[in-house]
Amino acid sequence: MADRKFTGTNTYIATDDLMMAVNASVTLERPILVKGEPGTGKTQLAVEVAESLGKPLYEWHIKSTTKAQQGLYEYDAVARLRDSQLGDDRVHDISNYIVPGKIWEAFESERQPVLLIDEIDKADIEFPNDLLRELDRMEFFVYETQRLVQAKHRPVIVITSNNEKELPDAFLRRCFFHYIKFPERETMTEIVNVHFPGLKKTLLAEALNAFYRVRDVRGLKKKPSTSELLDWIKLLLAEDIPPEALRGDDKRSAIPPLYGALLKNEQDVHLFEQLVFLDRRSNPQ
Amino acid sequence: MLLTFFYMLRTGGMKTSITEWLALLEAMQKGLAGQSVDDFYYLARTTLVKDESELDRFDRIFGAYFQGVDDSLEDLFADIPEDWLRRQAELMLTEEERAQIEALGGFEELMRALQERLEEQEERHEGGNKWIGTAGTSPFGAYGYNPEGVRIGQAGSRNRRAVKVWDKREYRNLDDSVDLGTRNIKVALRRLRKFAREGAADQLDLDATIDKTARNAGLLDIRMVPERHNAIKVLLCLDVGGSMDDHVQVCEEMFSAARSEFKHLEYFYFHNFIYEAMWKDNRRRHAEKTPTLDITHKYASDYKLILVGDATMSPYEIVYAGGSVEHWNEEPGAVWIKRLLSTYPKAVWLNPEPRERWDYTPSTKLVRELMDDRMFPLTIAGLDDAIRELH
Repeated sequence: MADRKFTGTNTYIATDDLMMAVNASVTLERPILVKGEPGTGKTQLAVEVAESLGKPLYEWHIKSTTKAQQGLYEYDAVARLRDSQLGDDRVHDISNYIVPGKIWEAFESERQPVLLIDEIDKADIEFPNDLLRELDRMEFFVYETQRLVQAKHRPVIVITSNNEKELPDAFLRRCFFHYIKFPERETMTEIVNVHFPGLKKTLLAEALNAFYRVRDVRGLKKKPSTSELLDWIKLLLAEDIPPEALRGDDKRSAIPPLYGALLKNEQDVHLFEQLVFLDRRSNPQ
Repeated sequence: MLLTFFYMLRTGGMKTSITEWLALLEAMQKGLAGQSVDDFYYLARTTLVKDESELDRFDRIFGAYFQGVDDSLEDLFADIPEDWLRRQAELMLTEEERAQIEALGGFEELMRALQERLEEQEERHEGGNKWIGTAGTSPFGAYGYNPEGVRIGQAGSRNRRAVKVWDKREYRNLDDSVDLGTRNIKVALRRLRKFAREGAADQLDLDATIDKTARNAGLLDIRMVPERHNAIKVLLCLDVGGSMDDHVQVCEEMFSAARSEFKHLEYFYFHNFIYEAMWKDNRRRHAEKTPTLDITHKYASDYKLILVGDATMSPYEIVYAGGSVEHWNEEPGAVWIKRLLSTYPKAVWLNPEPRERWDYTPSTKLVRELMDDRMFPLTIAGLDDAIRELH
């Protein structure tokens, strides 16, 4: 089980440190907490880990209203009330109204599963604290039926966070941590190659130049990320833009074509256009 | 040996606990860090670091620790006996080469050749920006020998060595004592909201009542909750002008975050220190002043008082009547701040100056004493502590 190591997949490039973090958490059966800029593939990681290790995946997406209890199970009291009014026989057995949550489902899995707890920081501040025992011992107690649910196989748990709230120390102590930093050029080249295998080298190089140039613009509200780059390249290919068009006459004064795919905010677009304009004026061709 | 590393982390200010340390050891036992120092670094990082703001600190400590290993190897070299080196040369050079060298010039020449050979090997194994990992000799094994560590009569080799991963310190700008954005401040301030529902349970909680009644299979079960004190009341007093000009941005961020976070926020400005009056509009600060006594009378003691200022001034401005730089104050500032503090028991002073500098300014010390040490730096960490104090 532990002999299969995560090394990335055909569609996902993992850096050495990310592989180490994932493998450590798989081997020691502890949750891994993944943070990083939006668009660096945090959520995708769980999907890819599950795929490359051949494990079933359970996804639990957290919203601001999600309670820890919902991941374990919910007691559908209203259904029971209705049944009691209608005189349904099911009403006598409380277990008919216990609806298992994602964690329970993962615990019941016949093979070791991968459980994704996505964007844990969206929930209430106390949310992680409510899951301490469950993540530590991989078991919980159903009060209504007095039953202890234990994991058949300790799941590989991938938790992502966008840093909107600080997570409690007690919770962090139980997790491995990895911060996905924005890919460097080398890694980025690999990533693009994986998604667009036949891409011309010149186009890729120019696209990356333009991309990092846009990212380097100071004061952008939302820097373009990997997913935006991939969308953009897809557009470039669809429109059949030649690599030369990306270069422009002067390295610094080029507006990349179809830059709407890279900048998602009209203020950013505006800022970018202004900068390019100023640049052109100060460096007339 | 690694225990030293653990204690270095602790003294370096990381909150590494025994649990995490044991996890690292367990992972090493399972052979996860078997191959190289890089692997060990990644493994240690993923087990011991819990927040990206700590990554830089970790990198520095890790660097310091392994620098130490490196240096100790250097010291070791001083005591390496000649015949040990000769043996090493035997391992590194072939029989013929050795014979040639001996013919050329004996030991000196031999050492030079050995040095060359080691350098060559360094290139071959290094490639890219990886560190060490040569010939399977790890720098922290029992006989921590590593061709690089042993510098054979070659000065400054460290400069030529490729950069170590942790020496790049890529995470520098993520340290939370530096970066402070509005969003972070809001999250910090949000903690003040937590105790919003307090007091006697005197309101009907409709949702809980329905839920409990349903759970009770239809028998009415009434649930009450305390009234929601949705608004924590905050009285914010900001120092403006003079030495505060350097801190305008951080204060603006603090102010805008506080404004959107608290419904009941009252703010006033002062210059350098609190005297008999403050103002709400800086453009008309001389025309429209609010007497400090009016403020304490108008806003009750359940307001939390947050003073923001660098507390950098002449001590006279605090302790003497007439000490103010702007006007003649009948009573010293110290008296006024004591009045404020007696009205508002929950009070903190946020100082945008870094904590290290506080001790060098007598007025800062003075203000700290007046505040009973409730002065915090205007960083996320400081704000956290301040909020805790306000509870």
